[in-house]
Amino acid sequence: MAFANSSIPGPENIHRREYANGMVVLVKENFSSPVVVIDGVLRFGHVDVKREQAGLAGFMASVMMRGTPRRTFQQIYEEIESVGAAADVGAGLNVSGFGSKSLAESLPAMIDILADVIQNPIFPPAEVEKERGEILTDLEERADDTRRMASLTMRELLYPATHPYAYSSSGYFETVKAITRDDLERFYHKHVGSKGMIVAIVGAVKADEAFRMWEDAFGDWTGADNPITLAPPAPKPSEVRRKSIDIPGKTQSDLVMGLIGPARTDPDYFPAALCNSVLGVFGLNGRIGEKVRVQGGLAYYAYSRMDGGLGPGAWQVVAGVNPAKIERAIDLCRAEIKRIRATRVPAKELADNKAFYTGSLPLRLETNDGVAEQLTNMELFGLGLDYLQRYADLVNAVTPQQVQDAARKYLDPDAYALAIAGPTDH
Amino acid sequence: MAKKATRATRTSAQRAKMVSRNGVLKTVLDNGLTVILHENHNAPVATFWCWYRVGSRHERSGITGISHWVEHMLFKGTKTFPKATVDRLVSREGGIWNGLTWFDFTTYFETLPADKIDLALRIESDRMVNALFRPKEVKSERTVIISERQGSENSPAFLLGEVMQATVFLVHGYHHETIGHLCDLQSMTRDDLYAHYKAYYAPNNCIAVAVGAFDRKEMLKRIETAFGKIKPGPPLPAIHSVEPEQKGERRVTVEGEGQTSYIDVAYRAPEARHPDFAPLVVLDAILSGPSGLSLFGGGSTNASSRLYRALVDTELAIDVSGGLLPTHDPFAYTIGATARQGHTPAEVEAALDAELQKIIEQPPSQAEVDKAIRQAKAQFAYGSESVTNQGFWYGFSEMFADYHWFETYLDRLSQVTVNEVHRVAQAYLVKRHRTVGYYVPKSQ
Repeated sequence: MAFANSSIPGPENIHRREYANGMVVLVKENFSSPVVVIDGVLRFGHVDVKREQAGLAGFMASVMMRGTPRRTFQQIYEEIESVGAAADVGAGLNVSGFGSKSLAESLPAMIDILADVIQNPIFPPAEVEKERGEILTDLEERADDTRRMASLTMRELLYPATHPYAYSSSGYFETVKAITRDDLERFYHKHVGSKGMIVAIVGAVKADEAFRMWEDAFGDWTGADNPITLAPPAPKPSEVRRKSIDIPGKTQSDLVMGLIGPARTDPDYFPAALCNSVLGVFGLNGRIGEKVRVQGGLAYYAYSRMDGGLGPGAWQVVAGVNPAKIERAIDLCRAEIKRIRATRVPAKELADNKAFYTGSLPLRLETNDGVAEQLTNMELFGLGLDYLQRYADLVNAVTPQQVQDAARKYLDPDAYALAIAGPTDH
Repeated sequence: MAKKATRATRTSAQRAKMVSRNGVLKTVLDNGLTVILHENHNAPVATFWCWYRVGSRHERSGITGISHWVEHMLFKGTKTFPKATVDRLVSREGGIWNGLTWFDFTTYFETLPADKIDLALRIESDRMVNALFRPKEVKSERTVIISERQGSENSPAFLLGEVMQATVFLVHGYHHETIGHLCDLQSMTRDDLYAHYKAYYAPNNCIAVAVGAFDRKEMLKRIETAFGKIKPGPPLPAIHSVEPEQKGERRVTVEGEGQTSYIDVAYRAPEARHPDFAPLVVLDAILSGPSGLSLFGGGSTNASSRLYRALVDTELAIDVSGGLLPTHDPFAYTIGATARQGHTPAEVEAALDAELQKIIEQPPSQAEVDKAIRQAKAQFAYGSESVTNQGFWYGFSEMFADYHWFETYLDRLSQVTVNEVHRVAQAYLVKRHRTVGYYVPKSQ
């Protein structure tokens, strides 16, 4: 059975409405299971936070779920969990997310709760302290986690110190301890509003009914006249910036190599994405996986990843290796970066990667979560309602030359940030 | 010795063993391969799994980790599909694939656009018997697996969990982690691995599961074509390990790096087929929240559960979770928590004990039981959205019971009463039958 183009979500079955308060709602009906997923975006994030308050956006978003004039923390979660649903609000780097997953019969309750916590959070002092303690304990765990420490340190090396991507979105002990309840409330009133809000509702609900429920709950809300902040551009590193973090007693080190990658909206996004696939995704993690894991036997995981969001996200190479084999793994990763810049990807290899990209679309659209995520991204990045139907053409249009151009533009074997976290006494 | 396959002389329709109900077809081919098929046309995708009844439970001292290593070797090439071709072929068709090894099983799957699912049948029927285990590949994979273990050792949760398992089980094969002990990973030979493969990989020790957008009869024919000619293997090695009764509480401490403390408590729990398993699922949901029925993470929270209120809301811990795993033999019901900064595992344990005592003394309310059942129903609906997840459950349930266990899961839960939950709380939350483990930072 072929995946006919007509069964891919598109303008004929994605319902979209814009509202005066700046929000956009997308609905896709799917009655094959009794489930409805809401996936939404709010236009605030870590980009709105200065270094001295690192962690503020995430802290604030978590406490939004901890109390309103109508519901205590326990009442919020009792309502959600008693029907087997999940609902949350959480901050991201550029934008923040909210959403729910429930049986269709519980959708009205989920919308009511989301409206309440997004529009009326009261930041109860006791709940602020509970959340603070959880964040601080998590930061303690991070300090002992080679993977998280390597990733954090790579970002600190890659971006200029004042760039929001340079400092941790979870924050640091000093910054999280210093954030006050008033800081949370101020940040909320300045940044959380309906402007730029995107909501995708996917599942066993009629479109008209979904729109009506969402309009009833959010149609009159404006909230903050929120400025929409975009991360500033970031210069490419001009040399190797390397740092080792000593975490004694560990048996494995993690290395993260980082470069500045494209934004999702950059014209060379697809060539760069295919370049990344060839380099460190396809099959068991592309050419890097082949060299580092399959041939070298050096690591259980070795891959590359491109953020490709609204800003100059990182393009990373990640590997977990024995501390004694770090230099060998770095050499192999650098050699692959050199190769993909120097030699055009053979036609067969590029064709395989394109087939992977286009062929995996049905799997990505199998569940309501998968469709909702696609709809939200389509709206956020201005890709158009027919994007998924054009997707195969966009991928197939990429040439080997464009892939090589993207590699030469973004990747450099002699100028990158490199963080290694693990034992230094091996 | 199983009789030789004679599939060429009989058609699937003539077989007596075929069972077909609720859209599921189960049958056994003449070579012993069990086949379970479920049509699901919600999306144009299909998943195919081969489940082998071999896992770390079947391993003796000296070759711990061998089942998992064999799983890795099945990606290292056959004559038809040389090393690293399987992953590329599946990826090229837009599919996902993986291998998983656990206590009771080893399994392999591919999920693909439905019109490409034959590729999975070709791969799995080939590597059931034709994996090469080239010495060079064994050597290279040894360091990959040791690296996998070393990565796990970086995590305090793994370090504590490994010691807990070894303390809970003195005799039974559940006493070691699936990854195996480092000394065994360093010393196992190619011949050990190949012998293990030949002992357990055969159609008569395998359950093939397909779920997705296909015609059942047609899929059965294709599976017969791909697997029917494979001969049954020899009788399987018998495993007779039975864990003796625990006589007194056991306590262990692991000291390690970092600044955070963790606590794990493991009570004895019955095997998945036991009638007490369903009331224990409800008890676990009341204590620590619903268990996800999704293979790749559930995403539900547990802030309204009793233990969250007793441990996290009171600011002693930053999280708490319960684990009741369906297993072939009796396993454990575990409760784990991360101590909040400034608090000790002993404080968390005291609060945990006080909370558990309440449900031992007083039955839960009917509302709590009803809530647990509603949660399970919702989780079941979420899990049914993905064919991969359904394929997992049809096969997984065959490893410790049969697929009816999965199909009737909600029915059994719906029949659980308040009194049964109270009875299993009293019967299983017993201190002299438990093991308590702490992970404590060296610096403290």
